[in-house]
Amino acid sequence: MQRVATTESSLARWLIIATGLGFLGLFLIMPLLAVFTQALVKGFAAYTDAIFELDALTAIKLTLLIAGISVPLNIIFGLAASWAITKFSFPGKGLFVTLIDLPFSVSPVVSGLIYVLIFGAQGWLGPWLAEHGIRIIFAVPGMVLATVFVTFPFVARELIPLMTEQGREDEEAALSLGASGWQAFWSITLPNIRWGLLYGVLLCNARAMGEFGAVSVVSGHLRGETNTMPLHVEILYNEYNFVAAFAVASLLALLALVTLALKSVLEWRYDYSGRGSEH
Amino acid sequence: MIATALDRSTAGQVRRSFFRTPSVIPGFGLSFGLSLTWLCLIVLIPLSSAFIKTAGMGWEHFDRVALSERAFAAYRLSFGAALGAAAINALFGLLIAWMLVRYRFPGRRVVNALVDLPFALPTAVAGIAFTALYSPNGWIGQYLEPWGIKVAFTSLGVLITLIFIGLPFVVRSVEPVLADLGQDVEEAAASLGATRLQTFLRVILPALLPALLTGFALAFARGVGEYGSVIFIAGNMPYRTEIAPLLIITQLEQYDYEGATAIATVMLVASFILLLIVNLLQLWSRRFMVH
Repeated sequence: MQRVATTESSLARWLIIATGLGFLGLFLIMPLLAVFTQALVKGFAAYTDAIFELDALTAIKLTLLIAGISVPLNIIFGLAASWAITKFSFPGKGLFVTLIDLPFSVSPVVSGLIYVLIFGAQGWLGPWLAEHGIRIIFAVPGMVLATVFVTFPFVARELIPLMTEQGREDEEAALSLGASGWQAFWSITLPNIRWGLLYGVLLCNARAMGEFGAVSVVSGHLRGETNTMPLHVEILYNEYNFVAAFAVASLLALLALVTLALKSVLEWRYDYSGRGSEH
Repeated sequence: MIATALDRSTAGQVRRSFFRTPSVIPGFGLSFGLSLTWLCLIVLIPLSSAFIKTAGMGWEHFDRVALSERAFAAYRLSFGAALGAAAINALFGLLIAWMLVRYRFPGRRVVNALVDLPFALPTAVAGIAFTALYSPNGWIGQYLEPWGIKVAFTSLGVLITLIFIGLPFVVRSVEPVLADLGQDVEEAAASLGATRLQTFLRVILPALLPALLTGFALAFARGVGEYGSVIFIAGNMPYRTEIAPLLIITQLEQYDYEGATAIATVMLVASFILLLIVNLLQLWSRRFMVH
């Protein structure tokens, strides 16, 4: 009787599962299938042609470069911020944590715009930069900055709840046995948080490679120069070159699927639930 | 060696700091200094530039651009569609979280992993995929066309992509709270004669409400600022299917940096208010869970 009292009738159960799966099928599976179908609609040769075309390859390279710079920067920041927040008590800690989350609630377009206001031709530092021949906006440095901004909270956000839960005792024990601070960090803290760190890095990387709005504002859309993969998708799409657009998009969709698969493996194997994350 | 270690730890405890509570763990100056500097350089100074620029532009220009009829139409679409999408996500997100936590069915783990797809899939990819699906000759669009329902290049298309974007926020907010919810309260309700529906509405739902509202607010905030997935399907007609972030881009393309910043400031203020609400909700839910 008790079992019956705290569960639904099998009809209700069936209805809930059918509705849930139907909703997910409509909103998640269909678009995913559409990307791969549209990419292969003119055969495999057209697909590979679109991917190995010069501009596409340049876009892939630039995407990897930008992610390769911005992800490590955010790892260093994430580690430093979560060390400061979880190993020490200081006033204003709550505010500090909230400020780290700030980029999540800013529109990607605004994220790009604020860098144009500082480094753009009419911006605060614009004239000085122009005098010294330094290009930030409509060039790679601006795109890296915008990417760092939008991926700013990812690593710290995963690490802060995890390190709070683990406490300070392990590090304190190591220090009392004569370890230096760096030794405690490398051989105690880092192994303790490695799966959480990897989890944060995965999400950070997916967003870094896929960011569109913020990067679009600062890129200037110079084909073969400042085009990342998502921007290249937009250009091809607007040129009605749908097969090529979906072909490049399918690479990004594969990246998303690999990210999700690795994330799930981390969750199952190492019982790392990633509950601190809402992004 | 032990003596030096003890010296070090007592020195750490004795050392007075007017700012932080003393701790034996080193590295506060380095880690706090580095992260605060980085936060200021990347986030705080650039964001404040938008406010400073707006403050210096003069009321008349601000009024003409950020409070124009066209801008209001864009705000209405961005906020309205985001609100609608967040409401639909609150309903279906709760249902999906329930399904994932309470039921066992084949493929549950794969479904669970797929829920995060909107976080991992680049927005531009989602945008062109939904446009392909809902265009008049698309897989779904062709069945809607005879009924006179147009999705692509209308505000309905904006709503649908924002549902996609916001779904995981609700599911992932509700899921852990639902999993931690003990079944003893449900047993108690049932033993006192409540029907299953009464138990759900009077016992389970109130406990889930803070998490549900948090998920709703996060999905709403994300939807308001969303750009990449929406511009492909929206059609981008001024006054009708033009979202607020796109209006910023339009101003930028006309080299009206002040106008773009004015609209950006309106959106920033709105998202800060939303962020405040999310934080208050989380504070409330923490209090709620304790009692």
